Amino acid sequence: MLETKTPDQKERTDRAGLLSQETFEAHLASLPSAPSWLVDLKRAAWEKFAALPFPGRRDEQWRYARPRDFSLNQFGLSGDGATEDAATLIRDSHYIKNFSGEQIFSDNHLIWEDPLSADLRDKGVIFLPLADAWNKHGNILQEYFLCRTPALGAQKFEELHAAMVANGTLLYVPRGVEIEAPIIIRHWACRNRTALFPHTLVIAEDNARVDVAEVFESHSEYGKNFVCGMASIFAGSGSQVFYQGVQGWNLKTTSIHLNSVTAERDANVKTILLNVGSSYCRNEQHTRIMGPGSEVTNLALSTPAGEQEYDLRTLQTHSAPHTRSTLLYKNALFGDSRATFSGLIKVEAQAQQTDAYQTVRNLLLDANAQANSLPGLEILANDVKCSHGATTGMLDEEQLFYLRARGVTEPAAQRLLVFGFFEEVIGNIVNEELRDNLRRLVHRKLQS
Amino acid sequence: MQSQPTLEIDRDKGDFHYDTKYEYDAGVGLSEATVNYISSVKGEPEWLHEFRLKALDIFNRKPMPTHWATKDLENIHFDKIRYYLASGQRPSRTWEEVPDDIKETFERLGVPEQERKFLAGVEAQFDSEAAYSNMKEELSKEGVIFVGSTEGLKEHPEIFRKWFGKVIPIGDNKFSALNSAVFSGGSFIYVPPGVKVKQPLQAYFRNNAENFGQFERTLIIADEGSEVTYMEGCTAPKFESTTLHSAVVELIAMPGARMQYITVQNWSNNVFNLVTKRGMAMEDATIKWIDCNIGSRLTMKYPAVILRGKRARGEVLSIALANDGQHQDTGAKMIHAADETTSNIVAKSISVGKGRSTYRGLVHIPRHLKNCRNNTECDALLINSNSRTDTYPAISVRGDGNSVQHEASVSKVSEDQIFYMRQRGLNEGEAMSLAVNGFVNDLIREFPMEYSVELKRLIEIEMEGSVG
Repeated sequence: MLETKTPDQKERTDRAGLLSQETFEAHLASLPSAPSWLVDLKRAAWEKFAALPFPGRRDEQWRYARPRDFSLNQFGLSGDGATEDAATLIRDSHYIKNFSGEQIFSDNHLIWEDPLSADLRDKGVIFLPLADAWNKHGNILQEYFLCRTPALGAQKFEELHAAMVANGTLLYVPRGVEIEAPIIIRHWACRNRTALFPHTLVIAEDNARVDVAEVFESHSEYGKNFVCGMASIFAGSGSQVFYQGVQGWNLKTTSIHLNSVTAERDANVKTILLNVGSSYCRNEQHTRIMGPGSEVTNLALSTPAGEQEYDLRTLQTHSAPHTRSTLLYKNALFGDSRATFSGLIKVEAQAQQTDAYQTVRNLLLDANAQANSLPGLEILANDVKCSHGATTGMLDEEQLFYLRARGVTEPAAQRLLVFGFFEEVIGNIVNEELRDNLRRLVHRKLQS
Repeated sequence: MQSQPTLEIDRDKGDFHYDTKYEYDAGVGLSEATVNYISSVKGEPEWLHEFRLKALDIFNRKPMPTHWATKDLENIHFDKIRYYLASGQRPSRTWEEVPDDIKETFERLGVPEQERKFLAGVEAQFDSEAAYSNMKEELSKEGVIFVGSTEGLKEHPEIFRKWFGKVIPIGDNKFSALNSAVFSGGSFIYVPPGVKVKQPLQAYFRNNAENFGQFERTLIIADEGSEVTYMEGCTAPKFESTTLHSAVVELIAMPGARMQYITVQNWSNNVFNLVTKRGMAMEDATIKWIDCNIGSRLTMKYPAVILRGKRARGEVLSIALANDGQHQDTGAKMIHAADETTSNIVAKSISVGKGRSTYRGLVHIPRHLKNCRNNTECDALLINSNSRTDTYPAISVRGDGNSVQHEASVSKVSEDQIFYMRQRGLNEGEAMSLAVNGFVNDLIREFPMEYSVELKRLIEIEMEGSVG
């Protein structure tokens, strides 16, 4: 709010900005078949959004984040969504060979769909764009849609998301169904000054198993976009869910990704985030462990460079006994970048026999890079094992020397060591193609 | 070592209260008139009077920091507190001059014994003013100044005014502003260059009037290459209504100086203990805070070191024990402001019953610095199933060759340990107490002998009845 406006942030003139009532009404009009519960929800959210203040300087939940003027009025909605070049986008969307289903979105619109096999559909698996699911599966959506948000400081943006979300994915895996190959979801930002509201809802019923990989990218490096996305995972008793999110928006984009996990009894959930893009990205991750025996792992890799800023906020809430959560966030910071990690482990009084771990490792590769860590614990039960660790340091001189002594150039040696630093996280991905893809993405970022 | 601990302070001894006739009394509540009264009674120069008025204004304007701190702060009723009481204006020079009833209070606290034994100087604060103040001859011969705050500013302005309010500016926080407005008592110490004070300087603080906040102000300057250890210990009688203790302690370690500031605090259950402590360490200087917090309703205290000179070192060792109805919100701050500075924080907390202990820390290394290091460890022990602990560190690092590591863990006393000890005939309470002592033992060893004995006893007393 304190930043002065640069000419490039000037208000849009061709159409109404994101904050105007006109834009909201146009958005509602673009959803003619939306059920009444959804319209009510959106109207309520829009009102709350308008009433809530933007995060301020003294807001603890935004501590260490650079004060910023989101200038939301410079962005608008994607209109009719006629994408100039859907074919190119689809071609560029190739991610892995072996997948169970794929949806490709461009500026909030579905442009391509690879449906599930008939076998999975017969078993009752639902993999639909939200635009179709509102009406077809209203009962599921009314129960799960936006019912658990991270609530780690970006409440205003959660309301904005609820008010403006137009499309996204519903993935519902019924009891006992196991999906072998991953489900792929792609979101592209194409048109300049468009606001994107990707939404992914994954519901794994008891003993179900599914892997989901989401990739967020801009189609050109010039367009400037605002993204406010949400991914919610509900893991039923004994279910196994793997989620991978790749945030690769271009360097002009401001993005906010609000993720949450709810794990019931004996559920096993693993999430991994890769942050390579955006000028500013705030990533909230709230894990709620609701049932005994459940285990959740939250991993993240971030490589901010240049002027990039990553603002990572996490919360691990243990509400049931005999549970385990492990969080490992690794940041390699280049140039003048900044990464803030703020994490909390909350163990409620009834959650005895909890094991909860939280680790953040910052690697500063340039003297101007800034790493801020706010690792927190709030423990209300006594029979627990909880720890957090936060380290910030530079590359090991001896390791660098070793590589240079073998003729590796300094930048290459640096890259190699950063790669090794990340491998601890990447090695956790079971699916080989997804694992290799992540390596490739990290590599691409380090080369640039 | 001493065969008998000299500082026998425990709850039983602190839990008494004599009627003391106060010759000066600023009345209840806080206004400009209160500040004017304090200033005129003390016969202060105009600059100090203005300093107080400015501080009062800042205090009134600053909001309560409840956006991050506990809401319990809202239960302090500033208009029901007495801000100044003193039984006499001039600190007594000899033991004989000390009024009898006050002597009796000190007798029970064991002050004269220490005087006789080995302590270099005693500055015992009875309510606001130093009631008794004496120094061993050799210390004054060496040029060490050890006086009360009022006396220090009046008689040695050339030494103390320069640093007074510089390490902790008035507006640092709401409670430092309050202290700046109404402070009285506390110690002002100056150690000349190269002087190594062999024995610890010591002061006692003890609240005695109900509803009476104590606002002492301490400023210690260790000149180049000097060494000094300062100890403060607190006990307070149990009162019906809430009292407020809000001190400001400023330390200045000139190049090469070494300072140690030791606190053992055992406030009664109704005291709000909101203290600002900060030291500034110049080149090659070391400042070490050793802090032990037991008792009080709410303690908020984060000893800090500003590492201003090259190779300066800051250390905080802290032990906190929170029992039923108590919240120990303690921690440390390390502000690195020069190259090659190092800092170390070790914090251990124990939560008993419904007690809540919180660690809050700040480590700051800005971008122009090289080769700075910080190590932080905080361990929390939870005794009962309804005990609570929180950890909220904040770490900000930039620059070249700097490294920071922070580790925290939370655990309970292991079943195996308890089982092992019970096998050997200890009852569960004894076993638990022993295990807790083991948990803090490596830190307690850092305390001077007489404090460590006392501390172990205090912990044992606090642990009584917590199990079984």
